[in-house]
Amino acid sequence: MVTTNMKTLSLALAGLLLGSATVAMAQQKINAAGATFPAAIYQKWFEEFHKLHPDVEINYQSIGSGGGIAQLTGGTVDFGASDMPMTDDQLSKLKVRAFHFPTVLGAVVPTYNIPGVVADLKFSPETLAAIFLGTITKWNDPRLVKDNPGITLPKDDIVVVHRSDGSGTSFVWTDYLSKVSPEWKSKVGANTSVSWPVGLGGRGNEGVAGLVKQTPDSIGYVELFWAAQNKVTIGLVKNSSGVFVKADVESVTEAAAGAAKDMPADFRISITNAPGKKAFPISSFTYLLIPSQIPDAAKSKAIVAFLQWMLADGQKYAAGLYYAPLPKEVVAKEIKQIAQINAPGAQAGQPKKK
Amino acid sequence: MSKRLIWRKGVNAVMLTLTGVFTVITVATLFLILGYLVYYGGRSLDWNFFTRLPLAAGEEGGGMANAILGSLEIVGMAGLVGLPVGFLAGVYLSEFEDKWFGSLVRYVADLLNGIPSIVVGLLAWSLLVVPMKQFSAVAGSIALSVMLIPVVARQTEQFLREVPNSLREGALALGASKWRMIATVAVPAGSKGILTGMILGMARIAGESAPLLFTAFNNQFWSGGIAQPTASLPVMIYFRALSGYEDWHRQAWAAGLVLIAVVLTANILARLVLARGVSVPRG
Amino acid sequence: MTTPLAVENPVIRRQTQTGDIVARWVVTLFAATILLLTVLVVYQLWATSAPSRHKSGFGFLFSSQWNPVTEEFGALPFIYGTVVTSVLALLISVPLGLGAAVFLAELAPARLSSSLTFLVELLAAIPSVIYGLLALFTVVPLMRLYVEPFLKSALGFLPLFKGPAYGVGFLTAGIVLSFMTLPFIVSVSRESLLAVPREQREAALALGATRWETTWKVVIPYAKLGIFGSIFLSLARALGETMAVTMVIGNDPKISASLLASGYSIAAVIANEFTEATGTIYPAALVELGLVLFCLTIIINGAARLMIMATTGKGSKRA
Repeated sequence: MVTTNMKTLSLALAGLLLGSATVAMAQQKINAAGATFPAAIYQKWFEEFHKLHPDVEINYQSIGSGGGIAQLTGGTVDFGASDMPMTDDQLSKLKVRAFHFPTVLGAVVPTYNIPGVVADLKFSPETLAAIFLGTITKWNDPRLVKDNPGITLPKDDIVVVHRSDGSGTSFVWTDYLSKVSPEWKSKVGANTSVSWPVGLGGRGNEGVAGLVKQTPDSIGYVELFWAAQNKVTIGLVKNSSGVFVKADVESVTEAAAGAAKDMPADFRISITNAPGKKAFPISSFTYLLIPSQIPDAAKSKAIVAFLQWMLADGQKYAAGLYYAPLPKEVVAKEIKQIAQINAPGAQAGQPKKK
Repeated sequence: MSKRLIWRKGVNAVMLTLTGVFTVITVATLFLILGYLVYYGGRSLDWNFFTRLPLAAGEEGGGMANAILGSLEIVGMAGLVGLPVGFLAGVYLSEFEDKWFGSLVRYVADLLNGIPSIVVGLLAWSLLVVPMKQFSAVAGSIALSVMLIPVVARQTEQFLREVPNSLREGALALGASKWRMIATVAVPAGSKGILTGMILGMARIAGESAPLLFTAFNNQFWSGGIAQPTASLPVMIYFRALSGYEDWHRQAWAAGLVLIAVVLTANILARLVLARGVSVPRG
Repeated sequence: MTTPLAVENPVIRRQTQTGDIVARWVVTLFAATILLLTVLVVYQLWATSAPSRHKSGFGFLFSSQWNPVTEEFGALPFIYGTVVTSVLALLISVPLGLGAAVFLAELAPARLSSSLTFLVELLAAIPSVIYGLLALFTVVPLMRLYVEPFLKSALGFLPLFKGPAYGVGFLTAGIVLSFMTLPFIVSVSRESLLAVPREQREAALALGATRWETTWKVVIPYAKLGIFGSIFLSLARALGETMAVTMVIGNDPKISASLLASGYSIAAVIANEFTEATGTIYPAALVELGLVLFCLTIIINGAARLMIMATTGKGSKRA
């Protein structure tokens, strides 16, 4: 009695495995992981691309930019994604040189949850740095009040929320703070994972948005899409021209306007605190990290096809999800870079191992 | 009645009532947990949940069909490895044990049982994910099977020991060899309990999330085979619960309900199999 | 007396002997896999953590730096968080669980006792991630809105209850863990109490003790080895808990005197940061943390099993 049931069960299981394996063989399965910053549009893109090419499945896990870089280096994913351009040191650890492909532009915005305050708060760079350093501890601090006349701020303690995982969003945020606050730069610095002086840790952009939403008197930083999606209040930030700007597709595009000219050949650039009256100061490109050599011909074909689609039709989805599309000059340069994948001599030019 | 006696009787009454209250609190926790899951999960369960793949952030109507199948796959494979190994190890402990070796194996099995699940995940990661350069369902299954083996081994041993020796001696006296006696007499006699142990073990690993975080990882699509990252219910619950979306929270509740239904049903079934007031060793 | 056929016929005797020898070797082999697996765990943890061990040595255990940028890693905040939450959990679940165990072993009629014990054991079967799910959505808001503000207003002068009320933190994690360890305390203690010979109780009652006095002064001390065993077992489980803790502890690698502050545990940091650990030292440091946790739980589990074996007399029933 027991044995018959076990036999049937194992037969069924074997059938299931065989079936799934057969289905699997027909599919081109590509695994990718990385940033949560652009995860919303990446997931949309991979969904749409799958509809156009049903035999290609790109499985993207948004585990943070640090994760994208780590898994690419470990070879457990076919390509990675990061908001922070890889450093020379990180690039030197790769077995196969990788290309940076900017995909969209996004903004990292301060988001807060203060009971009774529905207005958009204005933050100047020094104030933001001080809050995250822990030197401003109460919402009704004079520096905050000065920037926000007419808004009654409570005397509650500020609850800071930051990322607990290695995050490109954190990199963009800390990169900006390092540029505007020498104290931040020397004490904490800019990276995907830093030693935060104060605050709670949330996992992924979703985690921070969730924590801020649930915790009164909190302030965190999230990518614009996540802020809009979760309907949390976002603040304005004073840019390098002294204007308090709200993050949206226009102000982010403005921040990238100058970048197109200064774009280096490998696309690694930082556009935080960019010049421009209407520019949002905490904007950033975000990148796909594609290996320069992809041995599997079918995979390589699929990835190239995706990149081409992404640079053309894919850009149309950006604005609807609160991301800014790439400047045309950048797109043109990237199309040239696609041709370099699997081209002979692609390994040349890799930063030397230290 | 002296004052002291009144005091002692008072203390007696208070403390005994307190123990009853504590018991109520303990049991009530179970019902609270179930209640929340049924309420929130029940509201979120729909046909989409069982049939559709997860959708992009912000899009409603996605499901966890791939995670359900993925869990079945990973747990099934873990069982394929863990159940026979555990069973045979249990047979050894009960029927063949040699002086110190047997006690050592038994003691170590109990220690293996207590290893934190995340450490087992680290083991599977270093043994499989790193060399294969791939997150895979099979890595997750190996991690789970390491957790399954000691449970099944000890339960098998327990229930085989409860088979009366007279049965064994009868078979041996009739001329059966030892292994034949075990296979045809001892094991069938203890089969109810052994099966219970297996079901309980499988139920336990079905709910594990930590060992899968960096072995089977996760997948938006159907699993691409045993050597591909695979979604599983416990891992999905974790990621969805931590997100900021109402829709994803709902899905987490629904998944929680499904998971607990499976785990608790298996537990209840297993123990009912062993009814008649026999004290059941816990798994 | 007729000898069994097997002994008379040399062919059958040889066959059965071979069969038995094969069977013995097969099962011994599978039993040995248990030893092999445990050795493998230790070896892999040791080997994979080598880069980090060579860099920090024993200082790893005492450093509270956790800086992936400068690649300086220390285990202290995580050991602190792990220990604090587990101890807190036991402070709550031991009185609760022991009390329930007393009720189930001494007071409840047999059938009620087995049914209730069955329900308590179901509690042990609930997966950790579900505890986490519930904790995140029900316990955390409760803590943030009612419990923590209350503690701050009543006991805020103590360093234990300073700081903002986040809802997440050491206290919440400790409370969630206490419910996860409760079933183990209840069932193992109950068994230890049931193992106490009836004569002990009757002697005490005959001398005029109340039911409670009998339990408190006679039965529990008699069963104390098993009860301690259950406490240690629960401690070991609490130390290794991952999912529920990581969802409610706040994820901040800091040591803090306040229970309302957020912290981190070893299992939680591995779960959160492992997939993004770049370089060679970072992942090795996380594996080294895993090694520390492993050693902690092995020692405590080992001691627990010995205690339980001593009371109930058989090998531990608890799996």
